Amino acid sequence: MTDATLNAQSEPRGPRPRRRFSRTNIMLYGTLIVIAMYYALPLYVMIVTSLKGMPEIRIGNVFAPPVEITFQPWVKAWSEACTGINCDGLSRGFSNSVKILIPSVILSIAVASVNGYALANWRFKGSEVFFTILIIGAFIPFQVMLYPLVIILREMGLYGSVWGLVLVHTIFGMPILTLLFRNYFTSIPEELFKAARVDGAGFWRIYFQIMLPMSLPIFVVGMIIQVTGIWNDFLFGVIYTKPEHYPMTVQLNNIVNSVQGIKEYNVNMAATLLTGLVPLTIYFVSGKLFVRGIAAGAVKG
Amino acid sequence: MEPSISIKELKLNFGAVEVLKDLNLNIGQGEFLVLLGPSGCGKSTLLNCIAGLLDVTDGQIHIGGKNVTWEEPKDRGIGMVFQSYALYPQMTVRGNLSFGLRNQRMPKAEVNERVDRAAGILQIESLLDRKPGALSGGQRQRVAIGRALVRDVDVFLFDEPLSNLDAKLRSELRVEIKRLHQRLDNTMVYVTHDQIEALTLADRIAVMKGGVIQQLADPQTIYNKPSNLFVAGFIGSPTMSFLDGRLEVENGVAQFKIGNHSINLDGYDGGPLQSLDKAILGLRPEHVTTFGSPQPGTLPATVDIDEPMGSDSLLWLSVEGQQVSVRVAAEHKSTPGEHTHLNCDITKASLFDAATGERL
Repeated sequence: MTDATLNAQSEPRGPRPRRRFSRTNIMLYGTLIVIAMYYALPLYVMIVTSLKGMPEIRIGNVFAPPVEITFQPWVKAWSEACTGINCDGLSRGFSNSVKILIPSVILSIAVASVNGYALANWRFKGSEVFFTILIIGAFIPFQVMLYPLVIILREMGLYGSVWGLVLVHTIFGMPILTLLFRNYFTSIPEELFKAARVDGAGFWRIYFQIMLPMSLPIFVVGMIIQVTGIWNDFLFGVIYTKPEHYPMTVQLNNIVNSVQGIKEYNVNMAATLLTGLVPLTIYFVSGKLFVRGIAAGAVKG
Repeated sequence: MEPSISIKELKLNFGAVEVLKDLNLNIGQGEFLVLLGPSGCGKSTLLNCIAGLLDVTDGQIHIGGKNVTWEEPKDRGIGMVFQSYALYPQMTVRGNLSFGLRNQRMPKAEVNERVDRAAGILQIESLLDRKPGALSGGQRQRVAIGRALVRDVDVFLFDEPLSNLDAKLRSELRVEIKRLHQRLDNTMVYVTHDQIEALTLADRIAVMKGGVIQQLADPQTIYNKPSNLFVAGFIGSPTMSFLDGRLEVENGVAQFKIGNHSINLDGYDGGPLQSLDKAILGLRPEHVTTFGSPQPGTLPATVDIDEPMGSDSLLWLSVEGQQVSVRVAAEHKSTPGEHTHLNCDITKASLFDAATGERL
């Protein structure tokens, strides 16, 4: 016998050899690939269609890659598509959405993080009751509150303005965000908070100098939840703002569902992709932090 | 002399649970007091009350002659060290040490001076620019002690500061804390469940159970004259052996009877004895000696187990069906089943009333 066969028959040693194409692996990766394709396919169709001209689309081969790549539909969707009498595309909706998004996200996260911090660390009499009421708020359907909110905003003189909508987004983000922050701050060792109190730090100093620097992951999670939620919002945008402040989603709907003329599938696809770009980017950029924050804050009770 | 800390009729309830019950305690200036007890006995709660981190239900707390019952922690003149170190992770060691001083808006030069002095005392000068994450457990605890040190306060509170460290570091830091106390000479209140820490560090130990101080005395008294069965059983490792029996006093001669055997209680360090049907004799392992042959006043016993511990051995014996442990020299070899005779040092023994558990 040669040395090689001798070695092969000798006692097990070192890492156990693994077969790459074992039955389990084929099953596992096969399933994963099928599911991944199932989710990726619509995106693929949209991208491909948005890069085709209308004649090519009429041929009807949905999955075929474009023969002649054109960016005209994207340009049209962004700056030329008509909604009603305005023909400046989605660009106006985009800037409206940004104007709504930034103050809403900042305001809701600022308020909710302080809420969560107070509920976690500065337990006051009735804080548990307060928290429960807040959480119940998350389970009340939006529809119930739509009209009362219209009246409240009207009385405050905010109805139809961007700030009215910002207020609505802040209110509706409050229960889930407060829960998120409270749970995260509860998971920070209480002794740290006690030590800061012995060191003479007050409510705000502990919040800004001790808690904030330790909570980047949960702030990212809160930001992602709010950015995607507010960006994708349609209902509140239609109800609480005027047409000149309509967010991008409402404008997209108006472009895609316009009844006059032929349906320009490529423009619609491009417009939809443009609208979805912001949440998509957010997910890609912060995916890792998001998962970490969810694991750190949301699961622990 | 005015006590440094004075606790008067302190009561604390969590909902319906009474955690501390009418607690009175005076801690002298420069005293090292250890609060010792099993978990859940209220010792950490008491410390948090002294620190002002918990609102009391009733009673008063005086620190340095001032009633601080309603004061904020920072205004009580205390420094506190926590079990989990509780260092601010995003700040450097210097930042951690100076945080409290910066909160007081102290001039920068003085802050630096105090931080450097504390770092010098604790020998952590080389760590000042590191973050807590880059420190070992022992270094972290040193920084935590330093954070109390820079505040220049009269009272130090330690909440199980060594419990998160391994055995070797624990004994090193224990010595360091003792040295620190001798050097600074300020009042220290130290919570622990480790009796070795308590016995080695304390000027006085307060043994607590169920929110009540069971005995408050110096370590020697706690060890040799425990005031009740709980203290006797809690202090000492290996624990005290307890023998059930009868106490008979005739013509001024007190005897402890176990079955047919009796032990003369002449020289017992305690109050006048009276006959009692059910009594308990507590014997520490090192206060019992073994003899190969019967002597006057000895108890016959059988060896159950021999536990060699290096410096000495622990023998587990049975006397009339009851267990007794005896510390013997390491060279002493015994085989299970061997018959032997015990002699007890009555001057260091403890007698308890079986009904009340109190020392007689």
